[in-house]
Amino acid sequence: MSLIWLVPLLPGFGAALNGLLGIRFFSKRAAGLVACVTMGLAFGISIWAFVGLLGLAPAARAYDVVLATWIPPIPLETAHGIGAFEAPWGLRLDPLSGLMALVVTGVGFLIHVYSIGYMDGETRGAYARYFSYLNLFCFFMLTLVLGSNLLVMFVGWEGVGLCSYLLIGYWYEKQSASDAGKKAFIVNRIGDWGFVLGIFLVFFTFGTLDFRAVADAAASMPVEAAGFGTLSLICLLLFIGATGKSAQIPLHVWLPDAMEGPTPVSALIHAATMVTAGVYVVARNAVLFTHAPMVMQIVAIVGVLTALMAATIGLVQNDIKRVLAYSTVSQLGYMFLATGVGAFAAAVFHLMTHAFFKALLFLGSGSVIHAMAGDQDMRRMGALKKYMPVTYVTMLIGTLAIAGIPPFSGFFSKDEILYRTFLDNRLLWALAAVTALLTAFYMFRLMSMTFFGGYRGPAWQHGADAAPGGGHGAGHGGHGAWHGPHESPRVMTVPLMALAVGAIVAGFVGVPQALWGNNAIEHFLEPSFTASAAVRGEAVAGGADATTDAARAETGAEAAHEEGGAHLSRGAEWGLMLFSVLLAVTGIWIAWRNYVVRPQVAASLAERFAGPHRMLTNKYYVDELYGATFVRGTLDGARGLWTFDRRVVDGAVDGSGWITRLSAWISHMLDTYVVDGLVNLLGWVTGEGSYVLRRVQTGLIQNYALLMLIGVFGLLTLYLLTR
Amino acid sequence: MVPITPAHYLVLSASLFVIGVIGVLVRRNVIVILMSIELMLNAVNINLVAFAREWQHVVGQVFAVFVIVVAAAEAAVGLGIILAFYRNKETVNIDEMNLMKW
Repeated sequence: MSLIWLVPLLPGFGAALNGLLGIRFFSKRAAGLVACVTMGLAFGISIWAFVGLLGLAPAARAYDVVLATWIPPIPLETAHGIGAFEAPWGLRLDPLSGLMALVVTGVGFLIHVYSIGYMDGETRGAYARYFSYLNLFCFFMLTLVLGSNLLVMFVGWEGVGLCSYLLIGYWYEKQSASDAGKKAFIVNRIGDWGFVLGIFLVFFTFGTLDFRAVADAAASMPVEAAGFGTLSLICLLLFIGATGKSAQIPLHVWLPDAMEGPTPVSALIHAATMVTAGVYVVARNAVLFTHAPMVMQIVAIVGVLTALMAATIGLVQNDIKRVLAYSTVSQLGYMFLATGVGAFAAAVFHLMTHAFFKALLFLGSGSVIHAMAGDQDMRRMGALKKYMPVTYVTMLIGTLAIAGIPPFSGFFSKDEILYRTFLDNRLLWALAAVTALLTAFYMFRLMSMTFFGGYRGPAWQHGADAAPGGGHGAGHGGHGAWHGPHESPRVMTVPLMALAVGAIVAGFVGVPQALWGNNAIEHFLEPSFTASAAVRGEAVAGGADATTDAARAETGAEAAHEEGGAHLSRGAEWGLMLFSVLLAVTGIWIAWRNYVVRPQVAASLAERFAGPHRMLTNKYYVDELYGATFVRGTLDGARGLWTFDRRVVDGAVDGSGWITRLSAWISHMLDTYVVDGLVNLLGWVTGEGSYVLRRVQTGLIQNYALLMLIGVFGLLTLYLLTR
Repeated sequence: MVPITPAHYLVLSASLFVIGVIGVLVRRNVIVILMSIELMLNAVNINLVAFAREWQHVVGQVFAVFVIVVAAAEAAVGLGIILAFYRNKETVNIDEMNLMKW
């Protein structure tokens, strides 16, 4: 456990090595090796630390490492007098962050390996750049997950946003890719605005940013059941940040566009890890959220609406990655629904299983895209089952998992969420159940269109049977002749298989009690969602007069045993499970019937419901709405400011310039005509006067002598007369 | 026989001086003008000598000798100038010596 600081730093080191040296000097092999080895080591350390954590008593499962001082204590005003604002570079390993680190390093490592094969078509420098970004992402993600206070988390938070931007726009020569990168970055900034304000308010309220200290302080405060107080505001602001990062309504628009990035990036960042950061933030601040039931309601509603909306859009998309993107948004909605009803452990459980099966699905779709030489349109696929059996089987496992078919992992986590929602609010549960049906449907639509039916893609030359995977790269560029769909190379299929195993077994850590399990993950995670034991006892003693709502929220946090909360009989719980499995099977059956047995039905349905169909294919026109309001407004505002700048600011500068020129001209005129004029006048007068006077100068000596004589006589006369 | 008094000398010297002045003013020949200047100088010399005798004082006579020396030098320089001028302009007419003007 003492080495956990190496977990984020190893990928960081790999990123620096690949970024500073790799782009220029490393061969592809070396660049890939550096990235994978650093991630593999980080994964190993994570496992080791996790095992160490399991060895401790449940109450003692927290391990702090302070690497360095970042911000030394600065006295600042808070709600309770002067507080010391400080932020050490602290990492904390506890059940929640340990699990997250395990998921990030594990899935991240597999995706790094997969990328070696997938990105093979890139040039050497771009290859190293890719791995540098990918490693950098893991560095920041692990900082986010392991950070022991909000500011360190925020560093990771912004860092993953940056890496997301860099990787979405990885093929920056492509206009749509660089646009998508910018869109993701800007939409995330809106969320970050809320997140930063939340951090400020946390410090102002509690005088500290450390998660544990904040949770302890919040636990001793009354639950804001009736009003909308400070804690509610903090939670709402943090949730705004979470909606940005986790693509919830209304900031969900960037995630589908993020599919412009390379497919492994979509798998790692935009499905398995980064987008779950929002869920992680909410779970990390579980104590705060349980003290703000109104915000919990908002979270649950936003979550379920996002889940439903994204699922409906996913029904009609034809781009294989976009279907998965909307599915991701939908599943994130599930996670927020879970946190909103107080089932934090269920949310993190679903986060974990989702990381496995969604990474698997994305990597599988990457394998398909690889096989189709870069084509992502499912209408031009079909019958790929016989060409790429490994991809088919692994993706089928992932699909069954996301659809919620037992015993795959998705069943347990999704069922836990549905069960907890059922206890909290029947309406939310109904919406979530509909979403489950839709999920099963669109996922099997994807499978049907891709792997079953008849082949609808372009023809290829049968003659030259090239070695599979050797002929071309990731489909971008598509150099060389295409020899038809084929299975991907081993370096890509092995991660698929590993993730498939994960997608099957990950659910068994959370088998509910109704199925004779003991829901190990909930017990394991529980210490992360509550204040430390001493403070909790105090709060219970002091909060005897709390309302029943407060009590309910409190028990929501103490997830596992439902003691005192609503409780269903084992029979009813089985009924719910059976119902959700039934929904999934129904969805699968409809998809099978419409897309495999009678493919023409789907088209005729789309024709009959043209209006709704168009609405869905256009994603409820949200992009257009934002384009017409916010983007247009911003652009118009910018143009207005530009006009102001040009007319008024530039006008003032130009005007002062013009005035200077005018006064200079006046000064020039004054100089020319008045000052010079006077001097010239003097000269002229002197010159003209000299014309008259110089006549006296005859040059004849005798004249001068005569004049002199006259003068002498004159003076003499004067002298004699006046004497 | 009327005794010769300073008044006589003064009248003589004044007459000589006036003749010299008129000569300078009216004659056109530069050499004659130069000679008229000598005349005026000598008129002064007469004055000086006359008063030296009257007052039995030798300064007047000494001064007269100085004047004679200066007159000699002046005549030499003047004649030199005239000679140089003549070589240039082939004339000694003072009306044509009008270069000293604007």
